Amino acid sequence: MAGPKYIRFDTLTLHAGQHPDPATRARATPIYQTASYVFRDADHAASIFNIERTGHVYSRISNPTNAVLEERVAALEGGVGAIATASGQAALHLAIATLMGAGAHIVSSQSIYGGSHNLLAYTLPRFGIETTFVDPRDPDAFRRAIRPETRLLFGETVGNPRCEVVDIPAVADVAHEHGLPLLIDSTFTTPYLCRPFELGADLVFHSATKFLSGHGIVIGGVLVDGGTFDWEASGKFPTLTEPYGGFHGLDFVEEFGPAAFITRARKEGARDFGACMSPTTAFHILQGVETLPLRMERHVANTRRIVEYLCAHEAVDWVSYPEVADHPDHALAKRLLPKGCGAVFSFGVKGGRQAGQKLIEALELFSHLANVGDAKSLVIHPASTTHHRMDAEALEAAGISEGLVRVSVGLEDADDLVEDLGRALRASQKG
Amino acid sequence: MELTVDGRAAYAFTAAKALDPAQDSVVFVHGAGMDHTVWTLPARYFARHGRNVLAVDLPGHGRSPGPPLPSIEAMADWLVRALDAAGIERAALVGHSMGSLVALEVAARYPERTRALVMIGTAVPMAVNDVLLGSAEANDHAAVDMLTVWGYSRHAQLGGNETPGMWMVGGTLRLLERAAPGVIHADLNACNAYRDGAERAAAVTCPALLILGEKDIMTPPRGARNIAANVAGCRITTLKGSGHALLSEQPDGVLDALISIG
Repeated sequence: MAGPKYIRFDTLTLHAGQHPDPATRARATPIYQTASYVFRDADHAASIFNIERTGHVYSRISNPTNAVLEERVAALEGGVGAIATASGQAALHLAIATLMGAGAHIVSSQSIYGGSHNLLAYTLPRFGIETTFVDPRDPDAFRRAIRPETRLLFGETVGNPRCEVVDIPAVADVAHEHGLPLLIDSTFTTPYLCRPFELGADLVFHSATKFLSGHGIVIGGVLVDGGTFDWEASGKFPTLTEPYGGFHGLDFVEEFGPAAFITRARKEGARDFGACMSPTTAFHILQGVETLPLRMERHVANTRRIVEYLCAHEAVDWVSYPEVADHPDHALAKRLLPKGCGAVFSFGVKGGRQAGQKLIEALELFSHLANVGDAKSLVIHPASTTHHRMDAEALEAAGISEGLVRVSVGLEDADDLVEDLGRALRASQKG
Repeated sequence: MELTVDGRAAYAFTAAKALDPAQDSVVFVHGAGMDHTVWTLPARYFARHGRNVLAVDLPGHGRSPGPPLPSIEAMADWLVRALDAAGIERAALVGHSMGSLVALEVAARYPERTRALVMIGTAVPMAVNDVLLGSAEANDHAAVDMLTVWGYSRHAQLGGNETPGMWMVGGTLRLLERAAPGVIHADLNACNAYRDGAERAAAVTCPALLILGEKDIMTPPRGARNIAANVAGCRITTLKGSGHALLSEQPDGVLDALISIG
């Protein structure tokens, strides 16, 4: 008898979670732009509410189109289940709110998306949840920051904007030694480049706005449960291991085993916080996921070409991309991200703030905006935009030099992108 | 609920309800390497409909400590002692895969304890592939892979879970990966060694129902003929398109069939 063969990744991007629509035989996933679903009779209604039968009740909690996206991303990540959320921020909040309450503590990489930093540094303390930020390159820094009340370790596969790579296996070991889960924001790499569960992470989320959807047309997030963490053995997560008054005394670990976290996140978090995804958004993201392998391959190929060009350019001070030999995480990236380090990186243009501004304004194919992960190439110069109020010293403290330019490489012909950058770099150096 | 069976702690899920001696009981027995969580949905249903439910963790599985039991016969005897410990005189016995053999063995040898028999994803004999047995003996992850991939119909390997947002293949992998070393091998070995199923079926006197998966390649529907032919009045429900993991692939179809046992 032949050995077992799992359905492969590229096939899952097209098929996972969906069969031809049973109602219409439509091949594509239909947009169920629907709020609620008819019960067969009173007992059927009660049995769905009481988790005896499967099915949809109300689209804030689950929806047939969203369910396809959720199952597909869970399949691609190798998890047990997922929840689609209104944004990546909503996915991060859902993870945290499912695991902990006031008095808890998080240890986070300091190199994270600004929105995530705002949530952890400024907003959650108001709700009694504190965060310590540490150097993502130092697993021992995570260890040293752990307190008795710590409930989560958090990092991004590739940081923003200097592309710091988190040593997921090492940080996961630290987390597990302390009975804690590791949550990874895998937005920049997608499951095509990195599958954090295989490296030891326990929970993953994406801003699906970026590479998963890939076309800059929607806002959305996905939270995925790896099903690997032993909540019972940890003893630190009463939301998962003790009877929940909000669901008739349900003990999620007792009843759902490896799916305890994602089930609580849906039964409580989706129900009560309500940050659900629109079914039309889920449909758009699904279209993107169907071409994820093709797009990511091209994103990475174009990025490598541009990085090579910039490294050799006289108007460029430095390029921060882990595949460049002098990047501090070069060896780590080779080990964890052999297929590529994504398509977002930064470089320093000679001439500081003024040159950076000139470069941005001279670019024609690269769009100047605050997003990444579009099919079109994007660029931003923090010193003259998002961080324009900071002086040079404050910028350096934030890890952003005056000449730093962040690029998100798209799917255009690489020659055109290189020529656009070449023209803009020349313009940046003119007095 | 916590039980003590043979002087050792054991666990059974009761859907958060206290057992009531005045009610009929439904007892669920999981398959190889699994635990009580595979029964959460039907157990909750029967508990809300006035039945005592007892979804046991066999020794060495889920929350029941100790070494796994070496044979179907030993599991059957253990189950009867677990019923004793729980104060359940008589019950409908519902088993999946290996658990279906345990239920059959109890129904045949302890007819006074069995008011109905339901065998889900079943066959007698339940021969186990040598490669799978060998991998399980070596505690090789390949055994988990085989049980997972072969456990689902090709259709279900692409998903389409009736439970929104859940990836069935991932769920089964994680559950099997939790089995302690040696447990999956002991279970599969017990299934493989159980050769008296047809004779035991002939001794069953209670109402019996088989719930089979049309696309089950681990216990193909034809493998249940030996049971159906030997149990008087045996009914068969075949779920179209389902593989061996019927409880994951078609939970509502399984429940609809189970409801008929009352």
